[in-house]
Amino acid sequence: MKYLGRRLVRAVLLLIGVSALCFLFTEMAPGSFFDEMRLNPQISPETIAALRSHYGLDQPLLVRYGRWMKSALHADLGYSIAYNTPVAPLLWSRAKNTLLLTTTALLLTWIISVPLGVWAANRRGGLLDKTVSLASSFLVSVPELVIVVALLAIAVRWRILRVGGMMSADFESLSACAKLHDVILHLALPAFILVLSETAVIVRHVRASVLEVLGAPYVQAARGFGISRARLLFRHVLPVAANPAISLLGFSLAGLLSGSLLVEVVCGWPGLGPLILEATLSRDLYLVIGGIMFSALFMVGGNLVADVMLLAFDPRIRREAADAH
Amino acid sequence: MRTKTAILVALLAGLHLVLLLAGFFAPYDPATQNRDLPYAPPTRLHFKDSSGFHLRPFVYAWTSVPGGDQPDSYQEDHGHEYPIRFFVSGPSYKLMSLYETSAHLFGVAEPGKVLLLGTDAYGRDELSRVLFGGQISVAAGIAATFIALLAGSILGTVAGYYGRWIDESLMGVTELFLSLPWLYFLLGVRAFLPLHLSTLRTFFLLTGVIGLIGWARPARLVRGVVLSSRNRNYVLAARGFGGSDFYLLRRHILPEAFGLLLTQASLLVPRYIAAEVTLSFFGLGVNEPVPSWGNMLSTLQQYSVLVSYGWLLTPACALVVTSVIYSALADVFHSRLKSYST
Repeated sequence: MKYLGRRLVRAVLLLIGVSALCFLFTEMAPGSFFDEMRLNPQISPETIAALRSHYGLDQPLLVRYGRWMKSALHADLGYSIAYNTPVAPLLWSRAKNTLLLTTTALLLTWIISVPLGVWAANRRGGLLDKTVSLASSFLVSVPELVIVVALLAIAVRWRILRVGGMMSADFESLSACAKLHDVILHLALPAFILVLSETAVIVRHVRASVLEVLGAPYVQAARGFGISRARLLFRHVLPVAANPAISLLGFSLAGLLSGSLLVEVVCGWPGLGPLILEATLSRDLYLVIGGIMFSALFMVGGNLVADVMLLAFDPRIRREAADAH
Repeated sequence: MRTKTAILVALLAGLHLVLLLAGFFAPYDPATQNRDLPYAPPTRLHFKDSSGFHLRPFVYAWTSVPGGDQPDSYQEDHGHEYPIRFFVSGPSYKLMSLYETSAHLFGVAEPGKVLLLGTDAYGRDELSRVLFGGQISVAAGIAATFIALLAGSILGTVAGYYGRWIDESLMGVTELFLSLPWLYFLLGVRAFLPLHLSTLRTFFLLTGVIGLIGWARPARLVRGVVLSSRNRNYVLAARGFGGSDFYLLRRHILPEAFGLLLTQASLLVPRYIAAEVTLSFFGLGVNEPVPSWGNMLSTLQQYSVLVSYGWLLTPACALVVTSVIYSALADVFHSRLKSYST
């Protein structure tokens, strides 16, 4: 328990650090949301100054940071200038969609890549292994943007899947079951794109970690004792190989979130991505900071889940955690 | 292994040479518009006409179909042949922005047009734009890599060599940087900076931002190398002879990180090219009319364009080719590094 507590404290510290970093960057920023207004001759400089002080943008850095912290504690995360509402509810309504997309993609990725990686490692040098290695090393080196654009082109060209948005125009009139069906149809393409590019990464890592354990002396010894290959693999190799794979879960989340931002923007999925992009283009500072905080929150949350899983699966971690105090 | 490395390096050198001499290989200026030829498909090369077979390929001009329901349906005008000539003089340009010349690798006599990769919405030659856009995208990737590796190796060395609180605080900061999804981070940092700038300033800004975000991982890796070699016997011996910190680092410790930096460089360049392309794709990077692979691809955000004009995907293909070569090289470097260390 203490181990998890330490992790939790670390996560909170990390989030505070990220927010401080964001505010440091805003301090360096030369422009602001009101730059476009300044070019408009109908708006007087006094109005802009009044607006600036209304939103507290004329305060020094520390005061702004303090105020933001206070609002973060109220679960507001500051105030969006463009949307004229607190940031957090705005972000949360979009973050749900991002979460739906990324968790679906994450689950599918692991369901596909773990068996594939284990199998490829078990039959090292076989046809499947070679195909998987070749395909994944190609996919890893292709930039995500290209994968997104290419798959989207294919999907639109041959009308394979629903493209654009999350729901059909007549969504409200559908029954509950048809609604679910509709969302799944819209989810399929963005999720597939994410799964494809993430699987390529994960398969390689799973394969490498299984291979490493397969080469360990104790496995060779077990093999010498005549333990069957299946028992060896499932009983002796996989539990050990699980550790690096689970640690990878946290890291893979970072790639998944970045990829998801791209996919959301290009496919028109109403998640965090388009919102952040829009906020970036209109320089809606607190919304951008809020978006970064949300993504950091997801990352930290994912890492915590990975920590809990490690604690549950790996006795070495449990002992380490017990030894530490 | 040796030959594979040689082939990859040769391919890479060729690619960069073509991009560097884009003005020579491109038949037209990347910003010249042909308003009567929007979305013209790639010009076809012909070898045969009514008088028989010609060794020198020739092209026909595109004319828009009168009464076609779309403004962009074209047919070949068979009335006049334009043979392709090599080493012709065309629109003048500055080779590597130094030497003013008008020599081009190939071209056809006016008013013919040779548009090997078709045109975009303004009738600009896609091939010329891919070549000139590649200059910017690839240069941005390389410059950002340089910044990230420089900052990363300086901070990593300081952390690894001096240890204690410097090490701990620096590694804490790297953890911050690594805990954020890079694209969110990139957009965030970009949001704090001015949007519309001159191309040159945008370029420096982009490379700066990408490099600034990327320094953390190289810093950690370099720190690891420095930490492990700091207490090697030969380093201790050199210190015993009175070597200064700077001397020890330069002569004995940092050379060990060279292979690592080379691997990182070949890994990071394609990633940072992709970062520039992504930002420009979103409209946050290099602005029109200066081409970059990213802002060329951004027209594809309209589904109708994406489906109808397949030749506009060429920047994506160029990006894939560049990335694949760099990644293959990174693989080779990586396995070499491994075989050295074991």
